[in-house]
Amino acid sequence: MTSKIKDGLILGLIYLAAFFTAMLLTGIVVFVFIKGSGFLRWSFLTTVPSILKGTEGIAGNIVNTLYIVSLTLLIAIPVGVGAAVWLNEYADRSRFVRLVEFTTQTLAGIPSVIFGLFGMMFFGRTLGLGYSILTGSLTLTLMVLPLITRNAQEALKAVPDSYRFGAVSMGATKWYMIHTILLPCAMPGIVTGVLLAVGRIVGESAALLLTAGSGYSLPKTGDGIFHKIMESGGTLAVQLYLNMSKAQYDAAFGIAAVLICIVLVINFLTEVFAGKIDTVKK
Amino acid sequence: MNTEMIKVRAHARAIEIIAQTLFTVCALFAIFAVAAITLYMLANGIPAICEIGIKDILFSTIWQPTAQNAEFGILYIVLTSIVGTMMAVIIGVPIALLTAVFMAEIAPRKVAALMKPAVELLAGIPSVVYGMLGLMILNPVVYRWEQKLYRGSETHQFTGGSNLLSAVLVLAVMILPTVLSVSESAIREVPQELRASSLALGASRVQTIFKVVIPAAKPGILTAIVLGVGRAVGEAMAISLVSGGCVNVPLPFDSVRFLTTAIVSEMGYANGRHRQVLFTIGLVLFIFIMLVNLTLNHILRRGKE
Repeated sequence: MTSKIKDGLILGLIYLAAFFTAMLLTGIVVFVFIKGSGFLRWSFLTTVPSILKGTEGIAGNIVNTLYIVSLTLLIAIPVGVGAAVWLNEYADRSRFVRLVEFTTQTLAGIPSVIFGLFGMMFFGRTLGLGYSILTGSLTLTLMVLPLITRNAQEALKAVPDSYRFGAVSMGATKWYMIHTILLPCAMPGIVTGVLLAVGRIVGESAALLLTAGSGYSLPKTGDGIFHKIMESGGTLAVQLYLNMSKAQYDAAFGIAAVLICIVLVINFLTEVFAGKIDTVKK
Repeated sequence: MNTEMIKVRAHARAIEIIAQTLFTVCALFAIFAVAAITLYMLANGIPAICEIGIKDILFSTIWQPTAQNAEFGILYIVLTSIVGTMMAVIIGVPIALLTAVFMAEIAPRKVAALMKPAVELLAGIPSVVYGMLGLMILNPVVYRWEQKLYRGSETHQFTGGSNLLSAVLVLAVMILPTVLSVSESAIREVPQELRASSLALGASRVQTIFKVVIPAAKPGILTAIVLGVGRAVGEAMAISLVSGGCVNVPLPFDSVRFLTTAIVSEMGYANGRHRQVLFTIGLVLFIFIMLVNLTLNHILRRGKE
């Protein structure tokens, strides 16, 4: 009898915890959208803060975010996927391989403040790039590298060995096999990793505050694309932090709503691509 | 004809060698990155220790970096990070574990399928957003508790809700999805036969879960907890908004400063020795994280064997 009461009690606790988690999420999302929805209008998304015109939009931050996401991925995808290919297709089980895997895992565990400090000193000071979008992107490259490598590696592992034997027995060279058979087969997994990386970049603030600064103006026409990457630029998340510390709560909620929308889209796409991985396995 | 074929072969072999070299370089990248970060953290963090003395930095409690006779004792900052992380884990992990049990063992498949994307969303929400919500929702609530608890007290410095407790609650929420999803998949991987045999022996469902399934999933659950600890130790932006900003003994209703928040909030204006000490704080944080990583590596390797 007593054990039955105990069982019931524990079961009750389990339901309570699950209910709490569910409420937490619903609460957060509803609260942000109610507070932020007033700001989700076209002018908020397409203007930059200006006292003269009386606007307080986030267009500059959106452009900065796009710049940092694309620049980071431009470097991180080839390197990350390359490392995965090496780990899965070239490496044997040597101590060196374990070192690569251990450092990749370590990189995944390092907090963003440390990346920020390192990026500020190494890319900003030693390489002389200063507070710029380029410094921020290079720093974030290190941060998202493990995400891309790990997902690509898992995807490559899932490609059946018979594909490899088939290709080699037809006389294909290793490189030919990798870029015509293995990489296309592993594509859904690679894309999943890239999407996770995008999510991480969009949400990042500590590392970027220390490396890319907080500029919020739009690129001037005529300066060209490359001028912009050497300037300081705050992403949406950084701007949200700055708004909060300056007690501009309304705009902060607007940005939060935009960020949550982005996360929703990314999660949805991840789900779609993750579904494709399973069909490849079968 | 023959020479043509040899040429093609040579060409193909050259491509092979180039490809292999490039892939190897990519793999080396992670090693270089970790080595460079370690080197830079040491090189920038150690000078201040040498100049001020290890005792006056690590074991002194007075933090007055901008005063005339500047003092750089970071003991309270270090303690705050340790105590804050532990409290967040104590609050967050049980909730996460119980929810994981619910999703993997108890919930009907449809409910579990509905909760999974929700947890993923929780994990994807940027940390600044958590900080913002903490500041807007949690701080007023905690302030009310503070007012009740310290009513009439003359020695307590009121924090308006920006204190250790708020930071701990925000951290507990932030580690929730990480611990939850990793331990849920660990619980799901426990073979069905174990559950069946336990139930066949007459154990109840709850007994089966806690005496059979959870012990079997222990390595995965430990991994989840260590990942949660890592996330809590390293979190900066969210708690910098809700934890106040004075260096104090880590008590729940005191305004405090963590290792991470000291760096993000003071780096902007610090210069000279103050800046050097911030790098020392970074080094301490880095050492903590490395310890967490080594623990994780140890658990993972034991799990493989």
